[in-house]
Amino acid sequence: MASKKNININLKIWRQKNAKAKGSMETYKLDNVSTDSSFLEMLDQLNEELINKQIEPVAFDHDCREGICGMCSLYINGRAHGPDTGITTCQLHMRMFNDGDTIFVEPWRSKAFPVIKDLVVDRTSFERIQQAGGFVSVNTSGNTIDANATPVPKHDADKAFEAAACIGCGACVATCKNGSAMLFVGAKVSQFALLPQGKVEATQRVLNMVRQMDEEGFGNCTNTGACEIECPKGISLENIARMNREFLKASLK
Amino acid sequence: MKLDSKIPDGHISEKWTNHKNNLKLVAPNNRPKIDIIIVGTGLAGASAAASFAEMGYNVKAFCYQDSPRRAHSIAAQGGINAAKNYQNDGDSIYRLFYDTIKGGDYRAREANVHRLAEVSGNIIDQCVAQGVPFAREYGGMLDNRSFGGTQVQRTFYAAGQTGQQLLLGAYSALNRQIGLGRVEMYNRHEMLELVKVDGKARGIIARNLITGEIERHSAHAVIVATGGYGNVYFLSTNAMGSNVTAAWKIHRQGALFANPAYVQIHPTCIPVHGTNQSKLTLMSESLRNSGRIWVPKKKEDAEAIRAGKLKPVQIAEGDRDYFLERRYPAFGNLVPRDVASRAAKERCDAGFGIEANDTNEGVYLDFSTEIQNKGKQAAYAKGNHNPSAAEITALGKQWLEEKYGNLFTMYQKITDENPYETPMKIYPAVHYTMGGVWVDYNLQSTIPGCFVAGEANFSDHGANRLGASALMQGLADGYFVLPYTVSNYLADDIRTGKISTDLPEFVEAENRVKDQINSFINNKGTKSVDHFHKRLGNIMWNKVGMGRNENGLTEAISEIAALKEEFYKNVYVPGSNDELNPELEKALRVADFIELGQLMAMDALQRKESCGGHFREEYQDSEGETLRDDVNFSFVGAWEYQGSDINKEVLHKEDLKYDFIKIAARNYK
Ligand SMILES: Cc1cc2nc3c(=O)[nH]c(=O)nc-3n(C[C@H](O)[C@H](O)[C@H](O)COP(=O)(O)OP(=O)(O)OC[C@H]3O[C@@H](n4cnc5c(N)ncnc54)[C@H](O)[C@@H]3O)c2cc1C
Ligand code: SF4
Ligand code: FES
Repeated sequence: MASKKNININLKIWRQKNAKAKGSMETYKLDNVSTDSSFLEMLDQLNEELINKQIEPVAFDHDCREGICGMCSLYINGRAHGPDTGITTCQLHMRMFNDGDTIFVEPWRSKAFPVIKDLVVDRTSFERIQQAGGFVSVNTSGNTIDANATPVPKHDADKAFEAAACIGCGACVATCKNGSAMLFVGAKVSQFALLPQGKVEATQRVLNMVRQMDEEGFGNCTNTGACEIECPKGISLENIARMNREFLKASLK
Repeated sequence: MKLDSKIPDGHISEKWTNHKNNLKLVAPNNRPKIDIIIVGTGLAGASAAASFAEMGYNVKAFCYQDSPRRAHSIAAQGGINAAKNYQNDGDSIYRLFYDTIKGGDYRAREANVHRLAEVSGNIIDQCVAQGVPFAREYGGMLDNRSFGGTQVQRTFYAAGQTGQQLLLGAYSALNRQIGLGRVEMYNRHEMLELVKVDGKARGIIARNLITGEIERHSAHAVIVATGGYGNVYFLSTNAMGSNVTAAWKIHRQGALFANPAYVQIHPTCIPVHGTNQSKLTLMSESLRNSGRIWVPKKKEDAEAIRAGKLKPVQIAEGDRDYFLERRYPAFGNLVPRDVASRAAKERCDAGFGIEANDTNEGVYLDFSTEIQNKGKQAAYAKGNHNPSAAEITALGKQWLEEKYGNLFTMYQKITDENPYETPMKIYPAVHYTMGGVWVDYNLQSTIPGCFVAGEANFSDHGANRLGASALMQGLADGYFVLPYTVSNYLADDIRTGKISTDLPEFVEAENRVKDQINSFINNKGTKSVDHFHKRLGNIMWNKVGMGRNENGLTEAISEIAALKEEFYKNVYVPGSNDELNPELEKALRVADFIELGQLMAMDALQRKESCGGHFREEYQDSEGETLRDDVNFSFVGAWEYQGSDINKEVLHKEDLKYDFIKIAARNYK
């Protein structure tokens, strides 16, 4: 059974009033943090203390708090989503830290994700990439054929699902020294490339999404693989390779 | 006010078809003259927005997250029902209809539920066409599993991430329309007021959450698809931002609020760990297919477990009380959620809870039997007819991992315990709200032109929601119901022309919003918003929770009224109104939760019966089962706002008629 205990920590947190303001690291001391708390619950606790002292609390993004919405972010001690692997920040628990630790908390750092305030960044560049082609152009009229009329080999369906599990958190971009969005885009391209439904528009899709990705100012992929390591959903580099193949195929057409 | 549900005439199986044939249409060339606002882009809102844009209307869609893909629908784990009968186990539209009505304890509207069952198959077709990667069998066909409250396998799923995949499907359809310029998407925007002109919904006031700017948006119809209000309890399985604000604001403008007391408490959540807890995490109900729920038979054992002196695996088989299998042999661990939740509470109240938290609340969900069974099966399938115990266990665990891997990992991250080795600890938590804005068969509220879809309306689930039915309802509303019924309403608007946002009604509504915001920012209080939210949650959980009684409810009503007063006097909202200000966002939401909480208690108090998620302790049979009162309470209770004194709200009743289903006591034995 997990040992219940409380620890004291020092926090160094990036504070920035808005996109235009200059930011700085601020230091806060926080006592009595239960090791059963999640990282975000620890921040709640800090904010409660700040509010009680009439200091403005730290803004950070979060919603589901169960690792699925992709809203939470944070660079913690120099790593996207913190020291644990395969998880989001909301799933990170304070038992990963020791009494007396100093913890650095920063927003995603990437040109394509400008800071909005404190630890909150703007990830809408991801939206625009999806809007450029991350879909199957089927009408929403409901006049489709019976679902089982399109059999999909289990292996392909499973692979497509694995790619589709991306939560759009942006850790891959934030962690990449080039600020590349290839893992994110590769995952979406792969999902549809693997399914019969997506085949018809495959050429246009990959060309459009890659064009938009470049326009948004994301960097190039140099195959360092940092994205895969920090991805909370285990999206594999295979998807980047598949996207490159799809792109090549499309460019040759 | 007379409630007109507008249920079409005719046989239940023909009502929707006939109704559709009689609804008015808007010709394609006229649709671009019409604007529609959709608030909320979860399953219900995103599917509606994509559908209306596809038809050619101008759509403006709003959500408070930075992307529609993050709506709370994303979190749904288990699956979505559809009467496809792919498994050939006797499923049909009628059976899905019947199970849903029975599951809802005969407090849902027959015609709506039948329509839901009718379109359910189409939902799966639509999603598959969009590229939603549902689980497949080896032959390439779709796989199914079963869920609580049913005896067939009709649930479609994508591992433990069904909601995610369905939402991403709807989101991709929405993105396509945004890309084509047919939907204007306003993310990080919150609707804070409805604008009525000549009694009709004609627009909204929204706050840009980044700049704090208050914006006016006009339209010919407004659709509210903003999800449920479970966060009134502070702790729930809902996303942190889930709120009732949009629904409550239209309630204040004249939309009736129906059955607010019907709250679903989900049996399989991770128990509370401590006072800093911010939310509760659900373990998918699909786990009940493979897990057996138990507590120790002997109190000493439970005490020893709580004290850390005994491990669950050390309790002999004969000393375990599989209380669901014992009480409900026909359905066992697959009884509906309200039944399973109450049974767990009953054991914990009696002192058999196993969790070492303040309240000793928790029961086991044990996978060891399944590990053995599936392990043996897997060994045999491999041609190994004499497997060792270790081989069986290893294969069994592998099977579990394939089926529920992500849920098991999630559990381990949160609790630091390995559920492959030791049973999971679970306890009921607030999960879903069956009540919501009252709507007629067309999903229109009592405000003309204001429609409500998905979890935000009250319509399809009655007093209890079966698993895998909320996703179904959200998509049914958005893809297949609203496109017809809203068009019918809009057919009279093709000559109206653009609605000006300079109308005095817009100015007034904007001023109401600004006044409220300014009063919070300028309040010289000392306590945080969360402080009040937690206190509200406490009252709600203790007195309007899994069990309710007259005394508790009466107390809750006056305690909440007092809390409200203190909140306005003493809340402190830091920061300003012209920037990203999460504390201000919370204050605006909690203000509405407080009023709603009081109404929930009032609704629970007037309903002198037990049904589904609403368990009035005074009304139970000798075995602790719910005692429904069909003679006096077979109605939808819909409340009308009368000014900010919630005590003055007026109750209207919509009688429920069951013409095509025989009402019976709900029995899962
Ligand atoms: C953990 C979990 C598991 C679940 N599992 C299942 C399952 O397996 N099967 C099943 O059928 N159901 C399940 N459910 C229930 C189901 O997911 C929800 O009922 C359903 O997804 C609700 O969809 P919705 O579209 O009505 O609302 P939501 O998805 O909650 O969307 C609400 C939308 O409204 C927006 N919004 C809210 N307020 C405002 C405002 N004031 N202004 C602007 N925008 C606003 C939000 O941004 C969001 O876009 C589960 C729920 C949870 C929490
Ligand atoms: S690929 Fe992984 S890291 Fe990148 S956005 Fe998707 S889930 Fe996040
Ligand atoms: S808050 Fe949703 S993934 Fe972390």
